[in-house]
Amino acid sequence: MKNVRQKIAIAFSVLAIVLLTACERPPVESKQTGYRGTGMDQINNPRTQEKLAKINEMPASTPASPDGPKAGAVYQNVKVLGNLSTAQFGAFMVSMTSWVAPKEGCAYCHNVQNFADDSVYTKTVARRMIQMNQQINSNWNDHVKVTGVTCYTCHRGNNIPQNVWFNPVEKQGGGMLGNKNGQNDPLVGSAYASLPNNSFGSYFLANSSAARVIGDTALPTGHKATLQSTENVYGVMSHMSHSLGVNCTYCHNSRAFSSWEQSTPQRVQAWYGIQMLKDLNTNYMDSLASTFPDNRKGPGGDVAKANCATCHQGVNKPLLGQSMLKDYPYLAPNRDMPKDSTHIAAK
Amino acid sequence: MEYQNLFTQTQVTGPASRGVPINAYDMRERTHSIGFSHLMGRLGNAQIGPVYLGRLGVASLIFGMTAFFIIGMNMLAQVGWNPLQFVRKLFWLSLDAPAPKYGLTFPPMNEGGWWLIVGLFSTISIMLWWLRTFRRAQALGMGTHVPWAFASAIWLFLVLGLIRPVLMGSWSEGVPFGIFSHLDWTAALSIRYGNLFYNPFHMLSIVFLYGSVLLFAMHGATILAVSRFGGEREIEQIVDRGTASERAALFWRWTMGFNATMESIHRWAWWFAVLTPLTGGIGILLTGTVVDNWYLWGVKHNMAPTYPAIYGTVSDPALKAPSAPVATGEKK
Repeated sequence: MKNVRQKIAIAFSVLAIVLLTACERPPVESKQTGYRGTGMDQINNPRTQEKLAKINEMPASTPASPDGPKAGAVYQNVKVLGNLSTAQFGAFMVSMTSWVAPKEGCAYCHNVQNFADDSVYTKTVARRMIQMNQQINSNWNDHVKVTGVTCYTCHRGNNIPQNVWFNPVEKQGGGMLGNKNGQNDPLVGSAYASLPNNSFGSYFLANSSAARVIGDTALPTGHKATLQSTENVYGVMSHMSHSLGVNCTYCHNSRAFSSWEQSTPQRVQAWYGIQMLKDLNTNYMDSLASTFPDNRKGPGGDVAKANCATCHQGVNKPLLGQSMLKDYPYLAPNRDMPKDSTHIAAK
Repeated sequence: MEYQNLFTQTQVTGPASRGVPINAYDMRERTHSIGFSHLMGRLGNAQIGPVYLGRLGVASLIFGMTAFFIIGMNMLAQVGWNPLQFVRKLFWLSLDAPAPKYGLTFPPMNEGGWWLIVGLFSTISIMLWWLRTFRRAQALGMGTHVPWAFASAIWLFLVLGLIRPVLMGSWSEGVPFGIFSHLDWTAALSIRYGNLFYNPFHMLSIVFLYGSVLLFAMHGATILAVSRFGGEREIEQIVDRGTASERAALFWRWTMGFNATMESIHRWAWWFAVLTPLTGGIGILLTGTVVDNWYLWGVKHNMAPTYPAIYGTVSDPALKAPSAPVATGEKK
């Protein structure tokens, strides 16, 4: 009898230890960010922060003099970066290669017999993406502030940024059973919750609806957002939280999620981020639909699109708020440059 | 220290007790095999059976198991009939309510039809089980306290899955059948309707829930603490207190000046337990039907304090002319 008891006790202890491995080990750091008693705080795990700091180290950059003959005069078929000096142009091409196609080299985008030739589709895409960089850095300062972005912010040495999304394909198959309803699956799109995991199309494309599902009056006055649309927003918000490595309370006072007056300024910046995604996904990514070959497209035949994780990759400020723009001022025409690379985005 | 143990220490085994005979029909419906389990005896009574199944019990089990089976088959189909994936994703899988576009109509099977059937079958099953508890209590000449307590839980179940969806005019308001999904539904309901913590009936429900826990702990602890004086013989002690009861009563009068009696403590416990889902159900019923945002309702009725605006003035950017070109469609 005693033997049996011992065995049961051992079995329970092993089970308890196994269950505990699912938790993050303490200590974690918690920082109060709001008025006392409102529960506004941020929880950080210093060990995770260390890992993130390593991933987000800045790549070597290559400053070049803006003096000298212009690239547009020297090279043929330069449509976007024509007013760069040839030194800047060359340095940028080298940087871009190391950011986007470090293995493939120049041939990833260029016909090496004739660099001016547009026959390789990736060259057309790259040109459009440079314009997208300029658009973000010049016109979306409400979101990227003066820190700005470069190709590296998203690509990090990959041909395709690691975090992109495609339109989901409804897989009902005419069967009577098995409708997952776009949710109930541990996927990264909903931060591994059972919430809808691919509702990006509802919020991150032009003409998509607002995420404002919460009733705006105490008593019903015809506001009709459904619980399903609430879950869609919840899923996208979980994606945001997961992509930035922050809690809900980074932006919201959770007692009244919809109240702007009680929110942090970060929520306004995040709102501009959503508007920016609508612009980028529709005017820059979708416009390349005929350029991309089929093997680069999603199961529904659409091009890869951006969400919060594309740039942020687990931190609230991409590359931990370090700006690369001072060496690439032509990616941000029409505005002042940050003075140094560790510039903290602030107004 | 023998009495201070998680499990029952003394097990007296004797001949099986078949219970009071009521009538011939009643006796026929009782199972005849009676077993003894030492392990069960550590938690409760070692005697297993007789079980009274009866027509209501059989019908209830058939409906209930059918509903359970339909949910399981739907979940299995969602993982392509892969049993390993079924176990791995069990907590995520779910049979969801129909989409809002179907309103109160019957949707295609794969888009909520199964959900409606499961809802119907589980409701029938639960109602039959309720009737069964009622009839068995009557057959034994007992009061009907157990069925009425059960009815309180059924009330909350019906509000969530039937009454409120019908009042809202859409089955899509109903709760999904799934482990994580029903928790997400709960959070989504609170978010959509502006934070259920400001719902006074939700507050009452929490009071009774935590109150039940407190009462259960106080009562259980008191009785265990006087069990060395025969404290578990509570019913006799209602009329003949004895030293266990007197010590327990004195303990509470010493520590808080007042004590429940051996009789009244069970009324306290019953009412607290029954009022938990009863008030909770009222709170859910009012959500969306007569109140759209509980936080704003709380502000209106002066129950939500304001805090200093330590972040400065933060306002809705959609109301300002955006400083950068905004792709259209933000505010419909």
